[in-house]
Amino acid sequence: MTTTSIAASRSARSLPIKRIIRGAVTHGLLIFGSIFMLIPFAWMLAASVEPENEIFTYPPNFIPGQILLQHWVQAWSLVPFARFFLNSGIMSVTITIGQFITATFAAYAFARLRFPGRDRLFIGFLATLMVPGQVLLIPQFMIIRTFGWLNTYEALIVPGLASAYAVFLLRQFFLNLPAELEDAARIDGCSRLRILWQIVVPLSMPAIITLGIFTFLGSWNAFLWPLIVATGQDMFTVQLGLQMYRSAYSNQWPYIMAAASFITLPVLILFFLGQKHFTQGIALTGLKG
Amino acid sequence: MATTRTADMLAGPHRRNWWQGDSFTAYLFILPSGLLIALFLAFPVIYSLWLSLVSWDGMSSRIRFVGLGNYDLLIHSSEFWNSVLVTAYYTFAAVPLRMAVALAFAIFLNQKIRGLGIYRTIYFTPVVTSGIAVSIIFVWIYDPTWGIANWVLSLVHIPPLEWLSSPTEAMPALILMSIWKNMGFDMIIYLAGLQGIPETYYEAARVDGAGPWAMFRRITWPLLAPTTFFILVTGIIGASQVFDQVFVMTNGGPLRTTEVLVFLLYNSAFKFFEMGYASAIAWAIFLIVLTFTILQWKFLPQDVT
Repeated sequence: MTTTSIAASRSARSLPIKRIIRGAVTHGLLIFGSIFMLIPFAWMLAASVEPENEIFTYPPNFIPGQILLQHWVQAWSLVPFARFFLNSGIMSVTITIGQFITATFAAYAFARLRFPGRDRLFIGFLATLMVPGQVLLIPQFMIIRTFGWLNTYEALIVPGLASAYAVFLLRQFFLNLPAELEDAARIDGCSRLRILWQIVVPLSMPAIITLGIFTFLGSWNAFLWPLIVATGQDMFTVQLGLQMYRSAYSNQWPYIMAAASFITLPVLILFFLGQKHFTQGIALTGLKG
Repeated sequence: MATTRTADMLAGPHRRNWWQGDSFTAYLFILPSGLLIALFLAFPVIYSLWLSLVSWDGMSSRIRFVGLGNYDLLIHSSEFWNSVLVTAYYTFAAVPLRMAVALAFAIFLNQKIRGLGIYRTIYFTPVVTSGIAVSIIFVWIYDPTWGIANWVLSLVHIPPLEWLSSPTEAMPALILMSIWKNMGFDMIIYLAGLQGIPETYYEAARVDGAGPWAMFRRITWPLLAPTTFFILVTGIIGASQVFDQVFVMTNGGPLRTTEVLVFLLYNSAFKFFEMGYASAIAWAIFLIVLTFTILQWKFLPQDVT
């Protein structure tokens, strides 16, 4: 297990042949791991385009003999997936933008303004982070029902519009920005509002983008809350739609895999395009997936 | 209205009105978040506490105060303790296993190898994928007849398993999937931790003739301790709230062997409409999570990043 050493490979004194072997072993293991990570996706895609007689075969067949799009087309039209996409899109985009706005304002106040009760209020915000979402599930459901919001966009969106976590994260980031720029702007008579949106926000883009990506992803992949408040099909998100589709057509694997494919692909494409923001953002923002 | 002019530094105190001060601006800025958080996070805590003290189906007007009756029911119910054990099984198997795999891959990736970005992306892909889609794919993978899980086993000459339909194999199947799904997240954090260890430590150790294992034991592992602790605690908190996979893959079965706490809560509240009893379960979950959160806050501030 010499390969486990972190630094050994950097030793300039190693013989080249030893280095090559070590490199080959490392890459071999990493590629082996990669295959494991990707096989379920390949399996999903293959099953979604193969003709039925190629899916139910043993050993499994990863490379389709012919590519059929009929499962995709049928899965898309059997239940209103277009509507589910619209619902998920509206929910995720609104929550992401809403959280960005509410959190930016609050975070700036906590980071830069002095006012009575600031620390106590901030601790109050932080305290809500300790409460797991499941504890709030039933009362939140009751509140939404009292408002008459069951099975509406309001129910899907409004509880997600503010996040103590986002406030906390942005506040930490704002605190680390140099205050000189803001001071200069203030002396020039700039209002707090303009300072926030024209100086602080542009400087905080890395944190804001990361936060936005994870907020969007969290809403897009959310399941339990929509399951409870979206009581009718017209308000289903893609996750609910997929689950419903699967329980309605329990053994129609080609169709189910087609539906799973078109639900995961948009997120995967987004991820591959912006993967830097994902993986570096975690270190930057100090986590939470 | 929101454009409060605060050129007060030049204007001097006599020109300031109450709406022009920093305090007013601050309260205005905090108001939207504050209201929403108060309504949807703070108030529900109190509401939930009250709900846990009543007997109510959530719909009718018949709400009966039962004091600690729901909690009494809870600690004497075998289904609750079953769920506690099931959740503990899932959590304490999945989290450490996942961390071990993540650490191993992070160490491999930290060797200044080529293609780091590609590997990192691949290993992180399951993390961003929807839990529902992943669960559905794994139901298919675990299919006893056609699934690839049994095919992989057959490659190493292991007889086929029943997977999700067997009371003894369903939980390991869920755990295995959760390792696959979440490992990349832990790996990224470990990688950041590894990159924070100064290279000079290893060079000094090498001069003293330390082997790779000794270097891991004496340098890497101790210096990663805060990272390990952080991943462990956040992992435990996350795993003790698992729901989606169970809902899609096993529905709590077979024979309640995968009926985790949140699933029990969901069923009690939204299938059997026992809102009080379900709220008591919610508080039990809260207690568990709180214990680990306090642990984290107590030991974390020393130094993690």
